[in-house]
Amino acid sequence: MKFGIVVFPGSNCDRDMQEALQNDLNQEVIMLWHKDKDISMFNTNDCIVLPGGFSYGDYLRCGAIARFSPMMQSVIGFAQKGGKVLGVCNGFQILCEAHLLPGVLMRNVNQQFLCKNVYLKGVGSDSPLMIPIAHGEGRFFANDDVLDELESGGQVIYKYCDKDGNITKESNHNGATRNIAGICNKNRNVFGMMPHPERACSEALGNTDGRVILKALLFSGAAERSAVAQAVV
Amino acid sequence: MEVTVNTAGQLRITEEEFELIKQKLKRTPNFNELCAFSGMWSEHCSYKNSIKWLKTLPREGGRMLVKAGEENAGLMDIGDGYGVVFKIESHNHPSAIEPFQGAATGVGGIHRDIFTMGARPIASLNSLRFGKLEEAKTRHLLAGVVHGIGHYGNCFGVPTVGGEIYFEERYHTNPLVNAMSVGILKEGETVSATAKGIGNPVFFVGSATGKDGIGGASFASADITEESAEDLPAVQVGDPFQEKKLLEACLEVLYTKAVVGMQDMGAAGIICSTAEMSAKGNVGMRIDLDKVPTRQKNMKTWELLLSESQERMLMVVEKGKESEVLRIFEKWDLPCSEIGEVTDDGLLKFYMHGELEAEIPAHELVLGGGAPQYEREYREPSYLKKVKSFDPSTVEVPDNLREVAEKLASQPNIASKRWIFTQYDSMVGTGNVSTNDPSDAAVVVAKPTEKGLALTTDCNSRYVFADPYIGAMIAVSEAARNIVCSGGQPLGITNCLNFGNPYDPEVYYQFVQAIKGMGEACRKFETPVTGGNVSFYNQNPDGAVYPTPTIGMVGLLENVNDKMTMSFRNVGDIIFLIGKSSDDINSSEYLQKVKGVEFSPPPQFDLNTEYEMQQVLLKLIKGGLLESAHDVSEGGLFITLLESSFKNNLGFDAVASDYNIRKDAFWFGEAQSRVVVSVKKENAGAFKKALGSHPYEELGTVTAGSIEVDGQEWGDVSSWKNRYNTAIEKLLGGANN
Repeated sequence: MKFGIVVFPGSNCDRDMQEALQNDLNQEVIMLWHKDKDISMFNTNDCIVLPGGFSYGDYLRCGAIARFSPMMQSVIGFAQKGGKVLGVCNGFQILCEAHLLPGVLMRNVNQQFLCKNVYLKGVGSDSPLMIPIAHGEGRFFANDDVLDELESGGQVIYKYCDKDGNITKESNHNGATRNIAGICNKNRNVFGMMPHPERACSEALGNTDGRVILKALLFSGAAERSAVAQAVV
Repeated sequence: MEVTVNTAGQLRITEEEFELIKQKLKRTPNFNELCAFSGMWSEHCSYKNSIKWLKTLPREGGRMLVKAGEENAGLMDIGDGYGVVFKIESHNHPSAIEPFQGAATGVGGIHRDIFTMGARPIASLNSLRFGKLEEAKTRHLLAGVVHGIGHYGNCFGVPTVGGEIYFEERYHTNPLVNAMSVGILKEGETVSATAKGIGNPVFFVGSATGKDGIGGASFASADITEESAEDLPAVQVGDPFQEKKLLEACLEVLYTKAVVGMQDMGAAGIICSTAEMSAKGNVGMRIDLDKVPTRQKNMKTWELLLSESQERMLMVVEKGKESEVLRIFEKWDLPCSEIGEVTDDGLLKFYMHGELEAEIPAHELVLGGGAPQYEREYREPSYLKKVKSFDPSTVEVPDNLREVAEKLASQPNIASKRWIFTQYDSMVGTGNVSTNDPSDAAVVVAKPTEKGLALTTDCNSRYVFADPYIGAMIAVSEAARNIVCSGGQPLGITNCLNFGNPYDPEVYYQFVQAIKGMGEACRKFETPVTGGNVSFYNQNPDGAVYPTPTIGMVGLLENVNDKMTMSFRNVGDIIFLIGKSSDDINSSEYLQKVKGVEFSPPPQFDLNTEYEMQQVLLKLIKGGLLESAHDVSEGGLFITLLESSFKNNLGFDAVASDYNIRKDAFWFGEAQSRVVVSVKKENAGAFKKALGSHPYEELGTVTAGSIEVDGQEWGDVSSWKNRYNTAIEKLLGGANN
């Protein structure tokens, strides 16, 4: 299995993701330039990652322009054929704009950019995972029908929780509907999440919870498991 | 249009300077030329009122790879074939008027100074000063500045890893916004800001030029008055996405070895970059200004020369390698135009559609060349009499110390700044190892090596106000102390010298004394001044700001995993104070904010004691004898103990170790050269032995969460943490969670 990381001109977490996959998880990584189209070196057992950043400056809506880039046309085709795609932060925003995932990411409820460690409950671990967030527009929103479908289909892969695993209003830092931090599509091959697992993979940083997430989503069958369906208390 | 001494006056050029320009040119300058001098001879670009004193600072030695002032930023060797590049710069005047863009472009400008040398920025810090947080104006400025710094840094993709912020009435009209950037480069890949090679093409790369920021350099060289808002076009507008592309494109183009020299366009835009690059290379340039990409039609020569539009670079390219440069900028969708060539006559010649519009010898414009250098008069300020006459016995020792402690823990200068720093991306780049376990300085990995860089900005300007000489020494010492507390060896400093109007002899006294103190401390710590920035005119009709010589310091850890952190680790560990308690409440946050005393001398300080303390501390850390180390600063010993308790939800049981000292001085005094450490019981013997003759006091032990002071129960760490964490948010109206 190998990984492709798409580099948009405003990507700024591309190298972090590359280091996490290469150095911390010993994976082969190929960087993909946004103006290129060729992804013939990948098959559907591989994975393409859309990293965090500000793709094309994001002065319009985050990810709204990136979805039209040449490389994204190839990535959309790759996803439709069943190849794994993971979008983190700006990558998640792009996946929603490209309609590979439902919903939208709106401005944080406090109207501010927010960077801090948060706790997540979801696939790969029974205990809460501590993962950083860093976004201004990360408040997941969708209408109730979509949300019900996501929850009943086990497509909600991560929810914000407190350090004891309780899914509370206080732990919902950006105000996402139903505390949703990450989702996947029905076929469970396209994943999007606002928190940054790649920022929690190296021993030197004192937090390796991110490895649990990357392994669960990308390597194991754990992604098949039903996700958190607990209600917000 | 005829150029007269009145025209010069309108461009903030004095009569004497106008005469000097005429002598240098042997004729009366035309308007374009006069504008060029106005930008280049402004305080901001020429350092005309500061350079004589700056030259007295230690500006070479240690691990420095270039002398101060030779390049856009300081460069020091960190070993393994890598160097660290760093610099701090002010953006005070623009931020006072348009806080969001002012702060944003301050961040953008300082990063350009780093990557113009071929380094990739890996961390940024900032040092901010505002008026009282209770004022609506302060809250407006704070929100705008923090948003601006976050907006630019977050998008650009460099983590903001540290900084400092103080709220004092003296900054009400003149806030200070100082931004620092730190980058890493491979030895031998440095780019110089020098133009070389007659006939080599000159390229203009980056954003198109507009009318923004025209006269910014001279605007920053005047006091702020009610009319300053009319200077709004002097404020630049930033685009971090453009800068991100410019960074990647510049670093990529440098690998091709096609670039001879490069300089960013900051203050005084095109005229500054062409003049400085030419003067340094003893060459001239012929520039066709009509080839500069513009945002607006019909821009005039002087506008093009002075525009401070952001995200632009001037690049001298080796003839014949133009296509490689063009290809890379095309890849990044950035404008890149050949606008002229390097010439041998030392003259800057600017043409518009073939017409010569300005002709000036490059060296006449620059610092070290024709730019004037002044010696200003100075005299001891009268307020220092009040400072010296302070008598601590007139301040009653409070009965209820806990109440004082609670007030201090929620003072904006002391309380958690999380409302601010959570708006900055502090983790991008996955190199900030302080996120999950903080130290007194921010520690980042110097990738691709395994070394760590300890970074800090420091200046308690209240101390500098009380005694500019001692206060500046303390600023350097505190920066070094923060680095040593993090396990690092101090390498060097960059300084941002924020003062009032240099033509005021009392202000200039503060400047001169601060430089003397800073120089002495830097020589002691062997931390040369690698560069920096002077910002005068932080003054308004009500007076000047506190003298604020901010120190940005870089320290080195041979292995990043060797860092020392500030938090207590284990219940039962013994808490020691390295250094000596002192019967001293001078210039403390307690004295000023709780007791309302504005004038008092600086806290007790001795440079040799400080130096020896730091040597001992570094030895203890390297010997593995400490569990934590946190220096005593604002708020005194109690606040230091409290801050060491928070992260692991531990507490302390501490008793005043010296009964001859007044209680408020013991717990809240800010005497210098003191560090609180925690030590495992089994290491206590070795710890004392390693200290040798250096003074220490045993304070007590680490508890499971209760805070006990002199045998009294002061509650649990969680309630103190809540008070400390939410104080600023409460003053702002509880905007964040």
